[in-house]
Amino acid sequence: MARLADLGQWERELLLDMLKEVPGFGLEGSPWVAGPPLARRRVAIVTTAGLHRASDPPYADGAAANDYRVIPGDVRADELLMSHLSSNFDRTGFQQDANVVFPIDRLRELAAEGVVGSLAEFHYAVMGAARVPGSKPTAARMAGMLRRDKVDAVLLTPV
Amino acid sequence: MGALGKWLEAEGIATTQISLVREHSEAIMPPRALWVPFIMGRPLGVPGDAAFQRRVVTAALKLLEAPLGPVLEDYPEDAPAVAAEESEGFACPVSFSRPVTGEGLAAAVAKEVAELAPWYALSRERHGRTTATLSGLAPAAAAKFITDFIADQSTPGYRDGVDPALALRLATQDLKAYYLEAVAAQPGARAALDANRWFWHETAAGRAYLALREACLKSGDETVRRFGARSLIPLAVAPRPSGIT
Repeated sequence: MARLADLGQWERELLLDMLKEVPGFGLEGSPWVAGPPLARRRVAIVTTAGLHRASDPPYADGAAANDYRVIPGDVRADELLMSHLSSNFDRTGFQQDANVVFPIDRLRELAAEGVVGSLAEFHYAVMGAARVPGSKPTAARMAGMLRRDKVDAVLLTPV
Repeated sequence: MGALGKWLEAEGIATTQISLVREHSEAIMPPRALWVPFIMGRPLGVPGDAAFQRRVVTAALKLLEAPLGPVLEDYPEDAPAVAAEESEGFACPVSFSRPVTGEGLAAAVAKEVAELAPWYALSRERHGRTTATLSGLAPAAAAKFITDFIADQSTPGYRDGVDPALALRLATQDLKAYYLEAVAAQPGARAALDANRWFWHETAAGRAYLALREACLKSGDETVRRFGARSLIPLAVAPRPSGIT
């Protein structure tokens, strides 16, 4: 699943349309940042799943869609809600277990066992339907926060 | 999302990512990506299976130790399928009282909401939470707002500071979550796609959402028309109406 050939015609066309936009986004080049072994890394999750806590505003359409939400490191997975505007993906997995989208409990286990060094004080969420050009300044602001948090590894999760 | 990985990496933060659409990752080539063979909406594969999720997370994190990139690796393990014999009976999992002839859609939806209530309560109890809380409306009120809007597009919103399109989105997402959380609490394992198929093709609510789209397309508010055209109905259920951008 989730190879384009496995999807229905209309979903496939939508995803192909998104691909057509890629060359214009100035994504040429291959940035590459090296770092220490995993056991010494400080890890944050950045998700494009449109997640937030109940106290945060839901994701709007339009320009505000590029806003990010802060997810405190001590969040409980079951506090998270999803207000992503797309109806084109399954939500039943998230309804049963937020870790299937935002694997915070798995990362806590890996940190406790020393597989990763530590976890960030803050994680971040955006709504992935936002178009790529708008995400560049968002990424820059987020990167500033991540640096202050001494994060040197980001796990990106889609939805 | 591949683009976000590239932007963050360009800002000096190493990234690794889970990829659900391999063709997108092939085109964007983010620094490190693990393509997983799971359905959209489940990047870690299996809800409630910590061991499975852990294997996926670990495989994605291990890419951070790759000496050279970009790296696009395929995750080798499929999510276990729900046994066919268990999902076969899912065509109509709730024995809804069929709407009598002439009974309106609003009444049919209200009746379904009432009939699902004990299963929804069980789901909340079992999981200690519900995701159907975006709008702040109780399920019956969300259903009423939706069916009222179908009848009259000037139906006032339910919350200050929330524009009409967002009010509709939050109410419809909540009501769908209510149905799907409730039905997941019923006996028998079922595949995610079966649950979604049930909602869209077997329930009065599914029919109401299709009617809501038509109502949205008649709205004088461009954001409401766009919501109806683009965000309400999955492409797996119906194509987007032409002429709406």
